[in-house]
Amino acid sequence: MRLAAIFLAASSLMGAGAAYAQVPVKIGVLNDQSGLYADLGGQGSVWAAKKAVEDFGAAAKGLKVEVIFADHQNKADVGTSVARQWYDVDGVDAIFDTPNSGVALAVSGVTKEKNKVFINSGAASSDLTGKACTPNTVHWTYDTWALANGTGKAIVKTGGDTWFFLTADYAFGHALERDTEAVVLANGGKVAGKVRVPLNNADFSSFLLQAQSSKAKIIGLANAGGDTINSIKQAAEYGIVEGGQKLAGLLIFLTDVHSLGLKVAQGLNLTSAWYWDMTDANRKFADAFAAANGGKRPTMVQAGVYSGVTHYLKAVEALKSAKDGAAVVAEMKKIPTDDPLFGKGEVRADGRHIHPMFLFEVKKPSESKGPYDYYTLKATIPANEAFRPIGEGDCPLVKKG
Amino acid sequence: MSTSTPTHPAGAPAASGSGASVGTIFGVLAIAVLLAAPFGVYPVFLMKVMCFALFACAFNLLLGYTGLLSFGHAMFFGGSAYVCAHTIKVMGFSPELGILAGVVFAAALGFLSGLLAIRRQGIYFAMVTLALAQMFFFFCLQAPFTGGEDGLQAVPRGALFGIIDLTKDINLYYLVLAIFVFGFLVIYRAIHSPFGQVLKAIRENEPRAISLGYRVNQYKLVAFVLSAALAGLAGATKVLVFQLASLTDVAWQMSGEVILMTLVGGMGTILGPIVGAAVIVTMQNYLAGLGEWVLVIQGVIFVLAVSLFRRGFVGEVIAIIQQFKAKKAD
Amino acid sequence: MFELLGIPPQALFGQLLLGLINGAFYAMLSLGLAVIFGLLNVINFTHGAQYMMGAFGAWMLLNYAGIPFWGALVLSPIIVAAIGMVIERTLLKRLYHLDHLYGLLLTFGLALILEGLFRRQYGSSGLPYNNPLPGGTNLGFMFLPNYRAFVVVASLVVCIATWYVIERTKLGSYLRAATERPDLVQAFGIDVPRMITLTYGFGVGLAALAGVLAAPAYQVSPTMGSNLIIVVFAVVVIGGMGSIMGAIVTGFGLGIVEGLTKVFYPEASSTVIFVIMAIVLMVKPAGLFGTAK
Repeated sequence: MRLAAIFLAASSLMGAGAAYAQVPVKIGVLNDQSGLYADLGGQGSVWAAKKAVEDFGAAAKGLKVEVIFADHQNKADVGTSVARQWYDVDGVDAIFDTPNSGVALAVSGVTKEKNKVFINSGAASSDLTGKACTPNTVHWTYDTWALANGTGKAIVKTGGDTWFFLTADYAFGHALERDTEAVVLANGGKVAGKVRVPLNNADFSSFLLQAQSSKAKIIGLANAGGDTINSIKQAAEYGIVEGGQKLAGLLIFLTDVHSLGLKVAQGLNLTSAWYWDMTDANRKFADAFAAANGGKRPTMVQAGVYSGVTHYLKAVEALKSAKDGAAVVAEMKKIPTDDPLFGKGEVRADGRHIHPMFLFEVKKPSESKGPYDYYTLKATIPANEAFRPIGEGDCPLVKKG
Repeated sequence: MSTSTPTHPAGAPAASGSGASVGTIFGVLAIAVLLAAPFGVYPVFLMKVMCFALFACAFNLLLGYTGLLSFGHAMFFGGSAYVCAHTIKVMGFSPELGILAGVVFAAALGFLSGLLAIRRQGIYFAMVTLALAQMFFFFCLQAPFTGGEDGLQAVPRGALFGIIDLTKDINLYYLVLAIFVFGFLVIYRAIHSPFGQVLKAIRENEPRAISLGYRVNQYKLVAFVLSAALAGLAGATKVLVFQLASLTDVAWQMSGEVILMTLVGGMGTILGPIVGAAVIVTMQNYLAGLGEWVLVIQGVIFVLAVSLFRRGFVGEVIAIIQQFKAKKAD
Repeated sequence: MFELLGIPPQALFGQLLLGLINGAFYAMLSLGLAVIFGLLNVINFTHGAQYMMGAFGAWMLLNYAGIPFWGALVLSPIIVAAIGMVIERTLLKRLYHLDHLYGLLLTFGLALILEGLFRRQYGSSGLPYNNPLPGGTNLGFMFLPNYRAFVVVASLVVCIATWYVIERTKLGSYLRAATERPDLVQAFGIDVPRMITLTYGFGVGLAALAGVLAAPAYQVSPTMGSNLIIVVFAVVVIGGMGSIMGAIVTGFGLGIVEGLTKVFYPEASSTVIFVIMAIVLMVKPAGLFGTAK
């Protein structure tokens, strides 16, 4: 039974060039194509993977690369089904993207069992390179620790030293709150209060009033997706930003800001691994992306897929084989990373890709020149400070020294 | 297990005497096919189908044979999955004990929610179960032992009774098959017992059943608990297959899916839910590449099933056969 | 100043008011459900999707036709109601002779279709809709945005008007009569099927109106309805469907209870309504305002 593969395999074929002994490589982009994360990854990530293969000149370098994709529907069982099927039946060598921490952790487990490669760009959980790290998984773009650290440290340093947390009441929100709080306290800030808000709660006014009366300078939004969007929107309604308090989004993507509109989102502080309007190389990539994706600009997740595929192919090229997953990842850790979008960096022993992170502030409507011109760079967090120190993640791959 | 007598796949009310022997032959054939299937078909997929088929059968016991539409069956399916995963992964239970723990939990939860839900009838019953399930969903979301959005990952499959290595797909397949057949037989026996007859009487005319002196609420509650326990059995088994339990299993969409399976296959027929589960799971697998359309297609199937073929696949086939027989008799 | 469980009284007033605002949405939605259930005996699962369509309707009218909020407040419910009536005529109508459960299942399927189509077209992160009444008033104990005040007043007016029409006018008496004995009412020469269609349209229109009112306050997103509808179901079970006033009072009341929970024990604010439902079922199974059925 071929199942999803029949649909998927037809979707793309690459490297139709040279016919001599080529190394076959099959890449699967497994992400959310229909739900909450479809906008920030989705088909855009598939496009980014294909673009990376094309730009790498895979065919000329003796690699016969094929890219397929599937929708995990944000269900861990669907995600693992597809992953198992891809590895067992369809000969997929590496899986990319995979937002939704639950699905990502599950796929990481299957990947280790089958000795393949999993390069995650879309998921937030820092457990992927912590407690749950494996020799087959690389976490490329960001994680909760990096976001908390970037936003927390940079804001405290620029004077935002009292915080109130609006936390989504589940594991992810708690982790984000805990990590940020630690950073805030370590940098001399204070936490004035916090409130745990149930997930998918549409009305935040009550919690925002509590935040307002706490008189904290910064309201940290330890939530994601629709919850973040609704809390920002209602904060504008209650005049919280005008009242002098600032909002700090701990997990916000370009697509979220786009959906909020600048009028509501202005002044928001956020951390991101990548923004399209920073360098010429980024803009070039973004232009090509926009041309192929109805004018949208790529998110950091999509850029991360591009960068991750590029580095993966380098490792495969060096080994002349994609079959031994652990060996490919070991090679990826050996050679330094270098690509047009994320620049120079490295993949650490625990599977964490190390690169700088950036703190942005959302522009006022008057400052923006048009759609997707949203961010002003406020600070750069250098690569060596951007991610959790390798010894603190409890990753079994790292020997305590 | 005894394979000979109780398999009756035609699903028709066992009216015609000759049908029973044909049914037995069918049953033996079906078991033979299922025994050989993993050598031709991807076993993980088959196991998924069987888990959902058992879930749908358990649900059908309530909807098809008692006339109670539960819109909250995900709480038994998913609740049992969490308990099974937690006891195996964290407390080190063996797989069979983990499944048992899950089933016991589902039955207890079924008893409590059943006590509340059967206080209302019809549509209210559906809404009450939906609301209770939503409450349970929020509980699972916030409770620390479920792992929130991450779910419980990497649950070890272990060894059955300490002997049979379940990490091999093929061994696990036969365990899942055995569980599925067991669950199916339990439901079959329940339906074809005096107890099942009373349930059908309640479905057809509740006031009449009361006036005949049956304690309707007790019967309903027993059916509810039985259905919940079997749904839990399906959920716990699924944990072993996928080695995880997640919020998906307790979300209201899961309750909707099992209704869809039962409806498409044919509610009130013994084979219908199995066919429905196979159809829907296969469809979800094939359509994974279609993204947003999955939801729309499911909705369209719902509307079509309700508007045009309310008897479901199996129900329609039975109706055609009966029509054919009636004509021949003329 | 005395404090109640650590909360200063001013803050408490503020939270009560906020609860009332949320209650306004519950009231309008449960009212629509009650009206439809009364006459059609159908629990309209599509109600959440129709609420979402109302909000999207406002967004589309603004972005495609340039019609501002105040126009959309009238137009969007009418459009959504018209679509609803088409659905009633073509699909729902064929199910009246069957068990009520089929109506629930059909509308559930429709809800999936609508949500899927909107997701496909507009993505799931949602769309922005600007606040038509920016600014607010400082009441001393809290800052009340003008728009929120408008929502409470508007929904109170709509709810009371609905109550008046159904309980105090001739048209309403036909409606109530048709609920009890449609055959008799038909015999008096009243076109009951048309009345049913119009009633469904009206109930749907109420949902869409709530959607339009929600657009500036919440994000306009395809999932906004499915999250809300289950809570509204619980509200309906608590209130019982016996009376129009019951639906209104329960809606506002539960909004306030939920608001208070957000202050004292925010973790439980999403479950408090379900807990109340369980308690009510134990004490008074027919619901607070319901008659045993």
